[in-house]
Amino acid sequence: MKRRTLLASAALSLALSGAAFAQDVPKIGFVYVGPVNDGGWSQHHHESAMQMKEHFGDQIELVEQESVPEGADAERVLTQMALSGADLIFTTSFGYMDPTIAVAEKFPDVKFEHATGYKTAENVSAYSARFYEGRAITGFLAGAMTETNKIGYIGSFPIPEVIRGINSSFIHAQKANPDVELSVVWISSWFDPAKEADATQALLDQGADVVLAHTDSTAPLSVLEKAGGFGFGQAADMADYKPEPRISSIIDDWAPYYIDRVQAILDGTWESHNVWQGIGDGMVGIGEITGPVPEEVKAEALQMKEDIANGDYHPFTGPLNKQDGSAWLAEGEVADDGTLAGMDFYVEGLTGDIPN
Amino acid sequence: MDPVLLVASIMVSATPILLAAIGEMVVEKSGVLNLGVEGMMITGAVVGFAVAVGSGSPLLGFALAAVASAALSLSFGLLTQFLLSNQVATGLGLTLVGLGLSALIGASYEGVKAPSLPKLDIPVLGDLPVVGRMLFSHDIMVYFSLALVVGVWAFLKYTRAGLILRAVGESHDSAHALGYKVVRLRLAAICFGGACAGLGGAYVSLVRVPQWTEGMTAGAGWIALAIVVFAGWRAWGVLVGAYLFGGVTVLQLNLQAAGTTVPVELLSMSPYVVTIVVLVIISARGAAGAPASLGRPFHAST
Repeated sequence: MKRRTLLASAALSLALSGAAFAQDVPKIGFVYVGPVNDGGWSQHHHESAMQMKEHFGDQIELVEQESVPEGADAERVLTQMALSGADLIFTTSFGYMDPTIAVAEKFPDVKFEHATGYKTAENVSAYSARFYEGRAITGFLAGAMTETNKIGYIGSFPIPEVIRGINSSFIHAQKANPDVELSVVWISSWFDPAKEADATQALLDQGADVVLAHTDSTAPLSVLEKAGGFGFGQAADMADYKPEPRISSIIDDWAPYYIDRVQAILDGTWESHNVWQGIGDGMVGIGEITGPVPEEVKAEALQMKEDIANGDYHPFTGPLNKQDGSAWLAEGEVADDGTLAGMDFYVEGLTGDIPN
Repeated sequence: MDPVLLVASIMVSATPILLAAIGEMVVEKSGVLNLGVEGMMITGAVVGFAVAVGSGSPLLGFALAAVASAALSLSFGLLTQFLLSNQVATGLGLTLVGLGLSALIGASYEGVKAPSLPKLDIPVLGDLPVVGRMLFSHDIMVYFSLALVVGVWAFLKYTRAGLILRAVGESHDSAHALGYKVVRLRLAAICFGGACAGLGGAYVSLVRVPQWTEGMTAGAGWIALAIVVFAGWRAWGVLVGAYLFGGVTVLQLNLQAAGTTVPVELLSMSPYVVTIVVLVIISARGAAGAPASLGRPFHAST
């Protein structure tokens, strides 16, 4: 009797799962480099994914994998996801680029979307945000707010995206304050709160009083709150640190893009592309400017945002020289996307070398 | 570069690994290899943070972080000492459990701010020029960790209980034949190690960063394990190892911030290179000093 019930229930569950397969809704996968509650980069991707899921409801199935290290582990996770029937997989960190391309070759029917990289394939799109537009505004605010004329910058890895951010921040900090210096500390990690905290402390000890970060946690703000100084939200608004030490933020808004791309899968119109959207498209947002930022500085920063959004101003507009003094952009010339995408040099005035 | 600020930062940076490593050293001295330090640290970090936020008292946070991590380590103790499970596998499991458990407990504490641990205002000493700010203006946990090193050293070297603990770690069969309670002693050592790891974790979330973020210990527990080997299972060695590692880490960040011309790659790998070099020197001198029964299971019938 017992065995028969068991068999019956097994048959029933088989039938049920068969029914689930029969529905065959597209399965959308997301892979994150940090935990989904890191307060920054990964959390924002996750929240955008959730908004996308909410938009489509039962029309799609969402699978997520967090804290996946870049490199060989990523390849394994992606293969696993593709094998388990995912139709579209978003890989949301720069270091997933090569694993994504490698796995995409093995699964030509699965579509991939890689964030912040530059390699594409028949079934691999690249999408990225023009964070450097946001960096222009936070850099300007940093230059205006520093009293020691020294700004700190925590870098993760010396990839073009991070170097663009450093250059853009520095150029616009100089616009607000010609005497400003910027020192960069590389910590070789996207997410390591203790190291981010130590780096912030080291920058403060060296006389910086505003610290920008291109890492994912809120640790730098936490240290600034304790030790004094100003910082910015990175990737997310980091509103918990309002009004000080966080005086503004760069917010990534991926939800519209995710909804757009998943819709393309549903419609069967998905095609590989390489997009790079900025403030004007809404992919990069600037968080509320708070704290003791003077009104005229705030107005100027918002004007800059406005000009960037409607295309009147490009953050990399000449005259600009490279670090070694050689000419890069002539008066009024703006940088082309190719140079920006592969940026591997500092602009004039920055000190230190870019590690390889 | 201001040496006063530098030394002060080094002390803060070294304290979590010092606490975790001194605890693990006692565990290993008793012959048990607990690879779950990372898991116990992160559990201590989240419990300490949650309690400090809830009660408003960082010290209570530290105390309960120690209790929680000790309780967690006891599960490792029960598995390895009574059920004779493999210590390496169980320790790794403990790390995974700790990481998952802490993420679960900590979910509602993201972005919350903890009360800060006040710096001690030591009369006379704290007012000394240079040295006062460098060494005598820290929070109580920094001094507690240093006192703990002295305490562990004295305990192992001068007390009868310390001698028994070492005997159990060197040869559990002999110790058993002499009538010492091997399992009970090891459980006590495991608990002590857990409590220390918990304190170290709580120091990260309450003082060094200070906030709760999932996975925030980011490998500090593994560094602590390495430091025990580096130290050759000696209390002073642990102190030197923790301060050396913490020191080089902070120093390289400061050198970068100060804009030195030394390549960043060299600076970033310096903490690890220095550790390896010292390890080589130590083993060249032939004084490794691992407890003879380290990692071996014990059962009274065998």
